[in-house]
Amino acid sequence: MSNPTDLSALMRRARQGDDEAYRRLLGHVSLWLRAIVRRGLIAAGRGPADSEDVVQEALLAMHLKRDTWDETQPIEPWLRAIARYKLVDHLRRRGFHDHLDIEDYAEEIAVAVDTDAAVDSGALLAGLPERQRRIVEEISLEGRRAAEVAAKLGMTEGAVRVTLHRALKALAVAYRRDRS
Amino acid sequence: MKTDKLIDALVADRAPRGKPLRWALAAALLAGGLVSFAFFLATLGVRADIEPALGTWRFDLKVGLVLLALGLAFSLCIALSRPVAPAHPGRRLLPLAALAVLAVAIELSVLPSVSWSSRLVGSNAMVCLVAIPTLAIVPLAAVLAILRSGAPASPALAGGAAGLLAAAAAAALYAFHCFDDSPLFVVTWYALAALPVIALGAVVGHRLLRW
Repeated sequence: MSNPTDLSALMRRARQGDDEAYRRLLGHVSLWLRAIVRRGLIAAGRGPADSEDVVQEALLAMHLKRDTWDETQPIEPWLRAIARYKLVDHLRRRGFHDHLDIEDYAEEIAVAVDTDAAVDSGALLAGLPERQRRIVEEISLEGRRAAEVAAKLGMTEGAVRVTLHRALKALAVAYRRDRS
Repeated sequence: MKTDKLIDALVADRAPRGKPLRWALAAALLAGGLVSFAFFLATLGVRADIEPALGTWRFDLKVGLVLLALGLAFSLCIALSRPVAPAHPGRRLLPLAALAVLAVAIELSVLPSVSWSSRLVGSNAMVCLVAIPTLAIVPLAAVLAILRSGAPASPALAGGAAGLLAAAAAAALYAFHCFDDSPLFVVTWYALAALPVIALGAVVGHRLLRW
């Protein structure tokens, strides 16, 4: 990933509670992911139709497994490794077993990406338990803060965050199960 | 859900950082090891001549080999539970191989060749082959459960390393029961006893450690 943004620094700041740094990091990484996932799918003889599912699955993994990044190392190899794992895993579940090396094209970052291609995966959200789904929707689709959601649903803010975290873990499992 | 909405949800999730994997792994190994230790005391028990044995070089070398295996397997587990795979994970076990070769070489040089085969066969080989895998089961389950919070590049390899770690923990207990202290016995039978545990760890890990 050759880009002027220091992704390692963004993640370090995110770990210290800087939400804006985390948002920038994830935004940046999602552009890069979208480009390499599409090229990977095309290289494997697949259309880019479900590339956004793979992008979201990889983003979720980067979020839920962020503790596995060693701060003393640059973050790019870690990001590439997760992207490769998720892409290969996705293709394997669809019966593709050939060798696929994303290193060939993972170095570059996407420049032109049509953001409109973001596929809706509402079906996965619908599979979550009612309370989890509600909280994810309130926070992501409605753009509410955890404190507002807590007031609205009559929960504590801590409980909202715990439920959100469980929902994200359940979503990651649902992605894997959905296509296996 | 569109990707930018997913990012909103990820940013909102400020789950606290978990404790470092090595601490969680050490705690799991200790907990699983204590269960096996209780089972060990109830069934096999410590050998009767433990006090004189402690002072012999063969016993000390045996314990040294087992503890080295334990330490190396532990660091291998940690290294293999990350998305970025280490280039040559097997090389981390080289010190163990070197100490094993050295131990065998010393034994062969001090023992007359007529007693080589009796030391190799020993008197406890079958017990060893049953006891080490049995004592490894609970530690293996505990270690695999903790490794699920990792993100191994190869779930099967990470599971195999978990098997080696559990087998080394089991061997550390068993070493205090077994009368056979000859490096010829230890290197042969302990290694053979570890194989099914490593294989089980790899098979279970392949399924359980996917992420």
